[in-house]
Amino acid sequence: MRLLEVQEVSKRFGGVQAVNRVSFGVDEGMIKAVIGPNGAGKTTLFNLVTGMFTPDDGVISFAGEPIQGLPPHQVAARGVSRTFQNIRLFDRMTALENVMVGRHLRGRAGFVAGMLRLGWTRREEEAVREKARELMEFLGIGALADREATSLAYGQQRAVELARALAADPRMVLLDEPAAGLNMRETADLARLIGRIRERGVTVLLVEHDMSLVMEISDEVAVLSYGEKIADAVPAAVQKDPQVVRVYLGDEEC
Amino acid sequence: MPSARLRHVAVFLAVAAAAQLLAVGAGKGFLLTQLTMAAYYALVAVGLSLLMGFAGQISLGHAAFFAVGGYASAALTTWNLASHRGSGLVAALARAGLLQARTDLYGGSLLTVHPWAAAVAAVALALLLAWLVGIPVLKLSGHYLAMATLGVGTIIGSVAIGTEALGAADGISGVPRLPLAFGAAVTGDSDQRVLNYWVAVAILALAMVLLLNLVRSRVGRALRAIHGAEDAARAMGVDTARLKLRTFVLSAGLAAVAGVFLTHFNGGIGPSEASTMKSVKVVAMVAVGGMGSLWGTLAVSVVLNFLSLRGYFGTFDDAVFGGILILVMLFSPDGVLAPDLRRSAGAAWARLRAARARRRAGAGEAGEGGTGAGEAGAGEARDGAAGAGGEERP
Amino acid sequence: MARELLVQYLIAGLTYGVIYAVVGIGFNIIYNATGIINFAQGEFVMLGGMIAVTLHGFLPLPAAIAGAVVLTMAVGALVEMLFIRWLVKPSVLRMIIITIGVSILLREAALLLWGNAVRALPYFTGNEVTSVGILGARVSPQVLWAVGVCLALVAAITAWFRWTSWGRQMRACAANRVAASLCGLPTRNLVTLSFVLSAGMGALAGCVVSPITQTQYSVGAGLAIKGFTVAILGGLGNSLAAVAAGLLLGVLESFSVSLLPTAYKDAISIAVLLLILFVRPTGLFAARLTSRV
Repeated sequence: MRLLEVQEVSKRFGGVQAVNRVSFGVDEGMIKAVIGPNGAGKTTLFNLVTGMFTPDDGVISFAGEPIQGLPPHQVAARGVSRTFQNIRLFDRMTALENVMVGRHLRGRAGFVAGMLRLGWTRREEEAVREKARELMEFLGIGALADREATSLAYGQQRAVELARALAADPRMVLLDEPAAGLNMRETADLARLIGRIRERGVTVLLVEHDMSLVMEISDEVAVLSYGEKIADAVPAAVQKDPQVVRVYLGDEEC
Repeated sequence: MPSARLRHVAVFLAVAAAAQLLAVGAGKGFLLTQLTMAAYYALVAVGLSLLMGFAGQISLGHAAFFAVGGYASAALTTWNLASHRGSGLVAALARAGLLQARTDLYGGSLLTVHPWAAAVAAVALALLLAWLVGIPVLKLSGHYLAMATLGVGTIIGSVAIGTEALGAADGISGVPRLPLAFGAAVTGDSDQRVLNYWVAVAILALAMVLLLNLVRSRVGRALRAIHGAEDAARAMGVDTARLKLRTFVLSAGLAAVAGVFLTHFNGGIGPSEASTMKSVKVVAMVAVGGMGSLWGTLAVSVVLNFLSLRGYFGTFDDAVFGGILILVMLFSPDGVLAPDLRRSAGAAWARLRAARARRRAGAGEAGEGGTGAGEAGAGEARDGAAGAGGEERP
Repeated sequence: MARELLVQYLIAGLTYGVIYAVVGIGFNIIYNATGIINFAQGEFVMLGGMIAVTLHGFLPLPAAIAGAVVLTMAVGALVEMLFIRWLVKPSVLRMIIITIGVSILLREAALLLWGNAVRALPYFTGNEVTSVGILGARVSPQVLWAVGVCLALVAAITAWFRWTSWGRQMRACAANRVAASLCGLPTRNLVTLSFVLSAGMGALAGCVVSPITQTQYSVGAGLAIKGFTVAILGGLGNSLAAVAAGLLLGVLESFSVSLLPTAYKDAISIAVLLLILFVRPTGLFAARLTSRV
């Protein structure tokens, strides 16, 4: 069974049909990429899956249950996490605290327990901190834990976002252009990293412009153009698809 | 080693003790009365500081919750139920021990709700009201939230001033003392002045401990995340609507507690306590104390309230607060006691101590300049990033 | 009697309604130019009335009103130049607090200058007891003055925005400030102009209604919150809708007095504001507003 199943989903903004009857699926344990020229509707699709937008039409199901229309925090609670295309770290917080917020879902301490600082909340905090540190080590940014997150270099901020997205032990993580702004070596590191994230048992769905990265790591690639899906197959097949070639040759980016 | 929070609370208590000794020693014990009032008002300000500085939500109607607490307990403890003794409700209250019989100034007999029962009811009413109001209001942001909270405050203010049962323009007086243990009570009687000063200080200190614990907890972290990037917080599973609402209710509850105690201390309450200007003054204190700085808010609000209550600003009282608001927002929007400033002051102090320790150990001083420059650089980068983030926020 | 009373209430409502409309349009002008909700908007109306009363001590009425409008415009310009102009991308919270501070300072300055006495200009034609009959009800000609002048003002400002070069530049600035400034429009001066215009409008409205409603240093805050209600009700940026909304609110308030104590009058209109905000949290013209707020 597919972990994420998107069926005939549409979203319109005013006069613009951002996503038009798009269907695709992601199997558990897979790395899947969504590509397409700028304005093809990739980020909108992410926002629909994560509950930031409600689809006008269609069904999105995760682990067999419909999730379309749920608010973002409830989608997150079902095990869907994400990063953002324009990095959205919490300012005035350290990198470690940012990652700790990512583990919010796994904590229980509420207002009363927090105010009274009950013993179990202290143990819970310690466990959250431990987990956050472990993840930062995993991503090679352990040394940056106590730095202000928004003062870090761009690539480091991306890594903090990734750690934050993984902190709640999600079943699936959505990466919105993870390689944007990275140089070639950093991109190569990222490719290895995404592979290791999958090894942790996390399914990966990514939107990416960097074609070589996508073709190298993805099990399947879906291609969007003007809000519609024009291809969805293994990388080698997508590369040969005449429609995809036309879309990309017509687009100056590639 | 005790945690930093408890150390700070200890410092606060020490300062409070020093203030008491100074005032009494100088033969000016009456100053404690205004300090006590300032402490209760500061409770309103630190509650709002939690809402504004940590959850990032403005409330221009916070005085209203103070007034709800104060008015409700004043009304319940002064409405004479003697003539309703026969009615079922009053009889039931009497059986439950929630009523208090006493004599008024002229020897007439009074039967009212017991001050503690009234206090609990008053705070519960404020919490309920904040919850009901908060659900729709907190869906708004920016100007809309500001206007809506201003509107709620204005409505409560005009109900206070327009309702005969609440004394209309005169407010309610003759509120009895709130009995504590061993004959002590929350009251304005001068023989209990020192005790009441410490009651106010203790409540404030307790609230600070609870709030400081909260902001360091999972909830506090989530609140700061909401403030930083609300959409990202939601994507991390933070139920932002629920957290904002609970924060709003909590801060309204603190305001109501302050209202209850100060009303007993003053023996009454008037409609000016519910005015928009009061709410704006609380916002001013939070703004000056620094968004996200509970101690800064506490210090600023005790000082400003004390000066205001002592009449130092004379007829320019409102103008002073207006001027402060503008100046702080123009030149130091993070507040004059902003965390960044204090942090850099703290860093400077740490450097100084480290340097002294190194000198004592006979180590070279060459490293000092290097670390200093590094820290200054990091500070600049952080400020820049914070500024950039601030622009994006609505 | 019922019908006469009805007309009486209606007309009282219209009198207040036009002034709310003018304050609401004042909000619109500044909001469109800057994205700021100017919490000191009501103070301009108060200043207009108060200055005119003072000037009328030694000037004929028309000159006093003209003087009051010009002086209030100068105050508007000053406010913008001192507190708004040089802030780089201020946050909404900061602007709210600054304009609230400005409103407090203006109010306190008025208290200092004029005390807390209630003042009013004389009736423009006739006196308190002069009246004309409308649908069987007796109406002061001043009501006609107020309604007439305010409506003419709205018409004039609408025409100005539509057909003059400055008006078009301001609309361009409202639509896209960055693009407007790239095209060489003096956006900063246009922002100052928006404050001047909205101060002038408020002042003139403050003058014409002052004989009926009277004025005092403290009337600004109440006018501001009602003007804001009107601006939201009509959809920020839409003058004609603001007029309709203003009249609606004024009439509603006027009738509420017949049912509830006068002290609750303000509560009614604010309840209307809250209701609108809750039902349509982003305002009646949602798409347009969300991008700004």
